[in-house]
Amino acid sequence: MAFLEKNTPPAFRIDARSPDHQILCLSGDWTVSTLAAAEKLVNTIKLDRKLTSVQVDDIGMLDTSGAWLVHRLRAALEFEGQRVDIVGADAERESLFSQIEQHHPPRWRPETTSFSILGFLELTGRQVVEVGKDSLRMLHILGSLGAVLSTVLLHPKRLRGIAIAVQFDKTCIGAVPIVALMSFLIGAIISQQGGFYLRQFGADIFVVDLAGILVLREIGVILTAIMVAGRSGSAFTAELGAMRMQEEVDALQVIGLNVTEVLVLPRIVALMIALPILTFIANLSALFGAGLTTWAYLDIPPAAYLNQLQAAITLETLLVGIVKAPFMALIIGVIACVEGLKVGGSAESLGHHTTMSVVKAIFLVIVVDGLFAIFFAAIGI
Amino acid sequence: MHAAEITDPPAGPPEEAEPGDIILSARGITVGFGSKIILKDLDLDIRQGEILGFVGGSGTGKSVLMRAILGLVPRRAGRINVFGYDLETATAAQRQSIERRWGVLFQQGALFSSLTVRQNIQLPMREHLKLSQKLMDELASLKLELVGLPQDAGHKYPSELSGGMIKRASLARALALDPDLVFLDEPTSGLDPIGAAAFDMLTESLSRTLGLTVYMVTHDLDSLHSICDRIAVLGQKKVLAIGSIDDMMSNDDPWIKSYFRGERALRRT
Repeated sequence: MAFLEKNTPPAFRIDARSPDHQILCLSGDWTVSTLAAAEKLVNTIKLDRKLTSVQVDDIGMLDTSGAWLVHRLRAALEFEGQRVDIVGADAERESLFSQIEQHHPPRWRPETTSFSILGFLELTGRQVVEVGKDSLRMLHILGSLGAVLSTVLLHPKRLRGIAIAVQFDKTCIGAVPIVALMSFLIGAIISQQGGFYLRQFGADIFVVDLAGILVLREIGVILTAIMVAGRSGSAFTAELGAMRMQEEVDALQVIGLNVTEVLVLPRIVALMIALPILTFIANLSALFGAGLTTWAYLDIPPAAYLNQLQAAITLETLLVGIVKAPFMALIIGVIACVEGLKVGGSAESLGHHTTMSVVKAIFLVIVVDGLFAIFFAAIGI
Repeated sequence: MHAAEITDPPAGPPEEAEPGDIILSARGITVGFGSKIILKDLDLDIRQGEILGFVGGSGTGKSVLMRAILGLVPRRAGRINVFGYDLETATAAQRQSIERRWGVLFQQGALFSSLTVRQNIQLPMREHLKLSQKLMDELASLKLELVGLPQDAGHKYPSELSGGMIKRASLARALALDPDLVFLDEPTSGLDPIGAAAFDMLTESLSRTLGLTVYMVTHDLDSLHSICDRIAVLGQKKVLAIGSIDDMMSNDDPWIKSYFRGERALRRT
């Protein structure tokens, strides 16, 4: 079998017959495997007489790519006013050449990308419009969420308990180990760093106040929200996006189900229940970490730590942190679902929207946390 | 031709010494998932330049056989010999050159969704050959025209194409490296009868002009009648029968009889 044997490189020979006539003998293999060499070769062929016969019967193997090169050479010569004919083709090659002759490709132009100020402005404008549309989409989801929520409140049977439980299991129970570990480390680091600093003033006991208030009011909830945005927000986007790519979302709609009710509501409700619980766990874990570090580095025994903590924080401190959690969950959930439902047909778009979902969620979580800080300062908490 | 007696793969055509070498031979193929055996001791030969239609009931393992030949599904036993090389003992370089010489049209097209059709067609060229961008663009536009797609389809993404266009674009990608052997998995399913007939004509003309060998899994009786040189029937975990359409029409196996001479088949005429 001659299928996989080595290719012979393409070659040519020019025989001059008369001052006006020359014969171009092609030999070797003119296939896709030898195409790069063949193209270079074709570029070196110089033919200057009026009539050229291209002899192809010495060619070993010929496929469409090789035939295209021969055809291109011929077309270029004919464009310059010469006459070219192909001789020595058997029936099979004849039909291959005639098939290729019918092909009239558009004139080739290299793709150019040039930077222009206009293009930059256009891109900026488009992105501004996109941001506007995005806010509209978020409001749309929020609105339909409200509508669905009110129907569910009137008909509690329509609340998908099992779906919520499944999502809760994924977003909350699955996240406990990593959230607890992360908060433990953060609590330990804060109290270690703060403790060394405060010791210079002989105020090392106040590291307990520092850690307690910082963790309960800000760090616990914000780190948990960031972790959940990365963990569950991306998962929501990818799930909904994949469902969109497979037309599952359309199928739900056609069956007469409300996409918000079936897909979005259970996820957001589960997340809104999960995030406060996770925040509470994160708080405990961070305070535990802080306690261990202060004991190890600053020689504050656990009993003294607990005493100082009790004096430093109130229930209000804890609640200020926890009360933010459902809002952050709502933001993460809505952004994740909006981005998921925006996914188009390609795998690239799925990746893009998953990235955007996490980035936007984390950004908005921090912005909203800042707004809460201003709000609590204004009402004096 | 039950072909169970043959054990020596590259020996050449075992019976019916017709022109055309055997470019793919499979011997004793056994494939199973878990405790379920899908194919058992299956033998098959594909000859150079023929269009081989493959039929069988749903779930009999037509696609599994194709995927086993392509190496996408592990096989429990058996040897596959392609272009004179045993797939099991082929070196990595041989394996790569085998893969360059076959093209596959998957059932769902399997175009890369983040690339345009043109980029999809150019991907095998870009990865395997060093060609100038100009030549690749020209070849891509040639392939587009070969499979009957308009030039502007080249700039579209797969998600913007209709089902028929996806099949054509996928065929164009399969033909990108001018393969000797193409595998088509239900190429005409989901196409309207006119589109299906056009696809059949396309397959036939490509096979004739390019000397292409075609392995086609299909349920389309029209394709089987009009373009297939030989038809293989898969059933009871092996090739039940292989031969021309006339052989099939005169076969007395109950399943083959009802497939080719059943009510639905007779209604065609």
